[in-house]
Amino acid sequence: MSTDTTVLDLSTSSVRELNAELHRPAAKSYEVRHPQGAHAIAAGVDSDITVDVRGHVGYYAAGMNDGGTITVHGNAGTGVAENMMSGTVRVTGDASQSAGATAHGGLLVIEGSASMRCGISMKGVDVVVGADIGPMSAFMAQAGRLVVCGDAGADLGDSIYEARIYVRGAVASLGADCVEKEVRAEHRAELAELLAAAGLDHDPAGFRRYGSARRLYHFARGNTY
Amino acid sequence: MCGIVGLHLRDPELYPQLGRLLETMLGQVVERGPDSAGVAVYGDRRRCPEGYAAVSVLAPAHTDFGVLGVSDLLVTGAGDTTVLAAPIAPDALVAAVRTALPTATVVGSGTDLTVYKGIGSPRTLAATYDLANAQGWQGLAHTRMATESAVTPEGCHPFSVGPDQCLVHNGSFANHATIRRELQAAEHVFDSENDSEVGARFVADRLAAGEDLDKALRLLCERFDGFYTLLVTSADGFAVVRDAIACKPAIIAETDRWVAMASEFRALADLPGIADARLYEPEPERVYAWTREGVTA
Repeated sequence: MSTDTTVLDLSTSSVRELNAELHRPAAKSYEVRHPQGAHAIAAGVDSDITVDVRGHVGYYAAGMNDGGTITVHGNAGTGVAENMMSGTVRVTGDASQSAGATAHGGLLVIEGSASMRCGISMKGVDVVVGADIGPMSAFMAQAGRLVVCGDAGADLGDSIYEARIYVRGAVASLGADCVEKEVRAEHRAELAELLAAAGLDHDPAGFRRYGSARRLYHFARGNTY
Repeated sequence: MCGIVGLHLRDPELYPQLGRLLETMLGQVVERGPDSAGVAVYGDRRRCPEGYAAVSVLAPAHTDFGVLGVSDLLVTGAGDTTVLAAPIAPDALVAAVRTALPTATVVGSGTDLTVYKGIGSPRTLAATYDLANAQGWQGLAHTRMATESAVTPEGCHPFSVGPDQCLVHNGSFANHATIRRELQAAEHVFDSENDSEVGARFVADRLAAGEDLDKALRLLCERFDGFYTLLVTSADGFAVVRDAIACKPAIIAETDRWVAMASEFRALADLPGIADARLYEPEPERVYAWTREGVTA
């Protein structure tokens, strides 16, 4: 396997050709040029290759990533790193809605802001956002950690099962069954690890923690009509 | 799913390129709406010369427009759509069409606006409309994947129901039948069963009552239930709004030379100066509006 970086240019080849190469990689490192907002760029990577995408990507970039280190040097469209299993996905700009949706593992770093439904139904992924997140983020989150260095939009953590949410800025409102929780030493420790992994140097003491009140786990007798 | 693209030019040097830029944008949202495609162009003096009014109509093939009895009539055929222009007031030209050609449907009118509608492949339709050679200061296009009504030229967006006004919609209104009945009770006449037409009639009603685009769209958010990303244009305005859930995509890009909006970034990727544009997604239930003078919201 070559140790050099292979350059793939989407102005002269298709996304199918790109992804076919990334699924059976002849090299360890790839650079993708002229993404032009195309969909599904570097989706389905399942080995420990490095992929650098130079420009903005469309829907489902780095979807289902399992072990790759994928960096989008630009903005990402809907569903970046959706259903990621392991590895790292980094977006240097902003991400559109549903970033990290249903992802089971790995680390998703968005250096800018993420819009609506960031971490929707997250199932074990760690998501670190450098700036703000939009409304309805971490909706029905089941496991994993979501770290927000800026503000969170309305209805944060609505119908959350588990997962831990850390927010440094303001929270517009909390969704159903999401509550603020005490930040203990173990939480500051994991937050410090997550921030370090994302390459951010905020003081963990500046964050507040949110999670499930666990009142929606069972039907309550009192809820009968 | 539908595709929306729109371009509001600030730099007059770009006016001759409007059609070419719009056609490139349209080509990137074809998969979002393969059923039909419509286009609106503001200020295309090839088809609506200065001092003329233009009326865009869907009329049966081989219609004789000479029966309008309007002098200096300019007739441009573009597939299912015909653009008529004459040096008279827009209302007078619309009235002449309605009187002489009762089976024709007026799909756009004004002193600046030309509208094109048709069904089939958006790429083919762009050629039918000769979009690449269109000029002007503002334009929009819509590719339709029909959900609420039939695939017909009448059901194709944009909906233009007031002077120099257009509305394109990605999504579906849930309570359009109720609002349609209310507007019909107020003597509004509908051309289609399409839910988006109800939105356009609502906006036209508010603009006729003296509201501006910003206010009209805030009222629309209060009154309409359902999913929507809307791009609405007027004689001097360009506005974007999304519903509270905001699951229908939209992205806005701005430079000193233009404001553009599209369903997806890829439709903006070839605009001149895009690398330095300010890119952002419109927030739920917030109206973003621009006028030819500058930003108002």
